[in-house]
Amino acid sequence: MTNFWNSDSVWLFRHRPTAIIAAIVAVLIIGSAAAAPWIAIANPYDLSTFNLMDGLLPPLWQSGGQAQFVLGTDDQGRDMVSAILYGARLSLIIGLSAMAIAAVLGVGLGMSAGYFGGWLDTIVMRIADIQLALPAILTALLIDGIARGVLEQETHQSLRVVVLITAIALSLWVNFARTARASVLVERNKEYVQAAEMMGQHPVRIMSRHILPNILGPLLVIMTVDLASAILLEATLSFLGIGLPADSPSLGTLIRIGMQFLFSGEWWILWVPTLFLVMLVVAINLLGDFLREVFNPRLRR
Amino acid sequence: MSTLLHIENLGVTFPSRHGEFQALSAVDLQVQRGQIHGLVGQSGAGKSTIGAAVIGLLSAPGYVSSGQLILDGLDLRSLSPVQAHELRGDRISMIFQDPQTSLNPLMTVEQQLIETIQSHRDLDDDAARVRAVELLTETGIENASVRIKAYPHQFSGGMRQRVVIALAICTDPELIIADEPTTALDVAVQSQVLDLIKDLARRRDIGFLLITHDIGVIAQVADVVTVLRDGKLIEHGPTEQVLQNPSESYTQSLMAAVPRLDKKLARFLNPEETSELDPDISLQRAPTDRGEMAEEWLMAGVAREASSLRADNITVKFAGQRQSLWRRPEPFVALKNVSVEARAAKVLGIVGESGSGKSTLAKVITGLIKPHGGTLSLDGQQLPTGKTRSRNHPSRRWVQMVFQDPYSSLNARHRIGDILAEPLQHFSLETDATKRRQLVQATLELVGLDAGQIDRYPHQFSGGQRQRIAIARALLARPKVLLCDEPTSALDVSIQAQVLNLLKDLQAQFGLTIIFISHNLAVVRQMADDIVVLRNGQVVESGDSELFFSQPSAEYSKELLALTPSAFSS
Repeated sequence: MTNFWNSDSVWLFRHRPTAIIAAIVAVLIIGSAAAAPWIAIANPYDLSTFNLMDGLLPPLWQSGGQAQFVLGTDDQGRDMVSAILYGARLSLIIGLSAMAIAAVLGVGLGMSAGYFGGWLDTIVMRIADIQLALPAILTALLIDGIARGVLEQETHQSLRVVVLITAIALSLWVNFARTARASVLVERNKEYVQAAEMMGQHPVRIMSRHILPNILGPLLVIMTVDLASAILLEATLSFLGIGLPADSPSLGTLIRIGMQFLFSGEWWILWVPTLFLVMLVVAINLLGDFLREVFNPRLRR
Repeated sequence: MSTLLHIENLGVTFPSRHGEFQALSAVDLQVQRGQIHGLVGQSGAGKSTIGAAVIGLLSAPGYVSSGQLILDGLDLRSLSPVQAHELRGDRISMIFQDPQTSLNPLMTVEQQLIETIQSHRDLDDDAARVRAVELLTETGIENASVRIKAYPHQFSGGMRQRVVIALAICTDPELIIADEPTTALDVAVQSQVLDLIKDLARRRDIGFLLITHDIGVIAQVADVVTVLRDGKLIEHGPTEQVLQNPSESYTQSLMAAVPRLDKKLARFLNPEETSELDPDISLQRAPTDRGEMAEEWLMAGVAREASSLRADNITVKFAGQRQSLWRRPEPFVALKNVSVEARAAKVLGIVGESGSGKSTLAKVITGLIKPHGGTLSLDGQQLPTGKTRSRNHPSRRWVQMVFQDPYSSLNARHRIGDILAEPLQHFSLETDATKRRQLVQATLELVGLDAGQIDRYPHQFSGGQRQRIAIARALLARPKVLLCDEPTSALDVSIQAQVLNLLKDLQAQFGLTIIFISHNLAVVRQMADDIVVLRNGQVVESGDSELFFSQPSAEYSKELLALTPSAFSS
């Protein structure tokens, strides 16, 4: 335990106030979002639990605020705290799944491209180039559009989350592929890889057991940064109205709903979920910066 | 001669969160005008730190914590950063190890020289250009007025180092710090560059601080030598006296570890004390039970007649640079009709300068490169080459390799136990995990490491210990032929001596056939029974090793032997 406490990365963490604050914020947000069903006072997905009479109540500290609704309510009488916690939960589930799928797909393709080279490398990386030429939102819109056209209306409704995850994952895998390929190109010329090749080990084993552990550092950094992008992308798509519907709001949907109240004086309906999203994304990005510093000592002061 | 640089009681400290690290403590030395002062020591001894302290470029957070640095009456420690900056290049210059990286690849040699000259002297472009041409001529570059327009990559390694030297002397410095100036060069070029340094010291009365790990280089050019160890001064005096008659036991053991070019020794004397943990003890003391177990196991597998390996008429071509869009690029011939034979239970030495094709030959033998022509055979049986050798071909086990760089040949993310168990598992030599672990522990003891270190990671070991681990990994495959590609060129001399001793002992014990590749003739002389000299991908000479060293027949071999610096005057 003292070893762990004194290891270089933990020591560095203890001496980086921004990293500590970012970690606390991220843990608080992710923890409360995960525990939403137990700590939220109402289920914002269940229309029967809220009362229209409670609509548009301001936060607690403004006159007219009620102790029950700390951050006020929206026009439907939905408690903002509960809505945000459930919304963040949905956003995080989508973000994490999309990031995980992008990581598996990107790392697999990128490592194979780097390791085998030749035509596989050319094909994979040209597809990646094409992908990069299209803005992520456009890719996501395209996939959502195709899903809408191909699937029945009802199936599409029930598969909305899946379509969203696929769309986001497909626009994020390129980062992983490029990083994995570049790292593999460096590692594969090292003698430990040659030693394994000489022994006649299977390429899949060489990649997974020998090379992968050595390139995890940069991949971990991409994971955190891409988690933040995935959450933002989901919010953007939901904001544009092709994400999740108003009856199962994610953070993006909440912001979209709030937009209607931008100039109405009921500021909290827009600003509370927006600030929450900004805090979450900034915290994750700061953690990513810290990880980058851990894995790349040259950035250290 | 007058004293140019006076260093007294110099201490350099590197603070870190684990406490202060004293890189140098109480170092005294003097450099006279026109004198070449050699600094030797193993890596980490603080040689380069002295140079950096003198020129004022200690890497942060290091700082000079005590002592005096006086250049011709001027206290270097009292200078402001601006004054120190003006002094650098003007009165003190530096020559770095690798001319490839110390020149700017995007500027012509002319631009770089003129820039440097004008930053210290008030000269117009034409006058500076004339001066630059003079300097290049002085450092031995022919046709300098034309060559000056060239970019660094258009010069060969030796020529490039001459350009670096021209840059260093263009401001008429009084002191030049040369940090391993010839380490990246081949012997023939090295000897020319050393002659140039010697010449400059005499003619221009420049004091040189020559930092090197190569005692042969010191013997060839230094007037005075200082031996350092762990940041402390061990011994200093005239070169002749320190090298021939060292008074300190550390210097004696260092000299004993230097491979001799003039005769073959059965094994190196055990260096009395080195910074390594337990030098060779296990091979001296009665073998432990476990060591014996590994020995028996290896014997049982290898036991038997030793194997011989032949390579006949190997030709390897690499795709050359494309000159025209329409024509196929001329291939670059790395090996041309090379035939070598490693006799059973003997050591075959392969020597050659960089680019001679040594490592390419090793890769052909291990199946990493497919030759365009030629055959390989082990004990008379043909070996498939390149990718045609299937993954489970038995020769994958019979031929094992020890790589040059022990820092990259062991996977940093695996424990030593896992690295060593891999061949056992992969070749199905031992299916039981408990037995595998015992065997790995036993082999660790066999190569002189502690069996208790089995769960450590590679970074917890020093370079010499890692090379022992790499050798243990090769042994655990029960090989017939062991291929060593420059196995000691990344190691300090005393560690090199231990690793070479280990290889010799294992070879004698198990009757291994070893192919030993090196650029260092003295090292090869200590190891080889037979020898092959490669040059530009062709065999220049081959035959009995002792005969080769006493009576080389090819002109190239004679030249090579004459140019190799020796620490021992014969």
